[in-house]
Amino acid sequence: MVHQQVTVELKNDLSITGVLKSVDQFLNIRLDNIKVLDEARHPHMMAVKNCFIRGSVVRYVQLPGDHVDTQLLEDATRREALNQAKR
Amino acid sequence: MDASSTGIQEPFDLIRLSLSERVFVKLRGDRQLSGVLHAYDGHMNLILSDVEETIMIVDVDEEVQPGAQRTVNVAKRKMDMLFVRGDGVILVSPPSRT
Repeated sequence: MVHQQVTVELKNDLSITGVLKSVDQFLNIRLDNIKVLDEARHPHMMAVKNCFIRGSVVRYVQLPGDHVDTQLLEDATRREALNQAKR
Repeated sequence: MDASSTGIQEPFDLIRLSLSERVFVKLRGDRQLSGVLHAYDGHMNLILSDVEETIMIVDVDEEVQPGAQRTVNVAKRKMDMLFVRGDGVILVSPPSRT
């Protein structure tokens, strides 16, 4: 999903759109070319061009649906569930 | 139907059997989602598509009086594809099999 345009919604209701640069094991997210959706409510964010978001403050990530292979996700999830069950 | 015939041994199996079906998800912050489940993990991080989010907003009237009027506003929005962080999830309900 890297280099896709995503919208990250934080638990404080701040929504940031940007190009996804990277995600790590904690689901920390690096975004480039960011834009705050509700600039009227958060004018102080206008100077920020790129950011690193701590994973724990994320509520949602809105993804571009046409770039997601849902069949692949479901297969991977079933495989993962099977591996977890074996332990 | 015993556990071996349905393939259900642990709670997550109920969610596994809901893959690619429409599920109802209740979240912290008076939010609920309805969407098609595509992926989950042990943290209950979810990926849903064709999602409708409903947010309940309770307005308590300013005037303090016994039995103060409370109005519930409902905000709805739709999203194409959504990742949901597991720590906000309260429950995942499979589709009604009728």
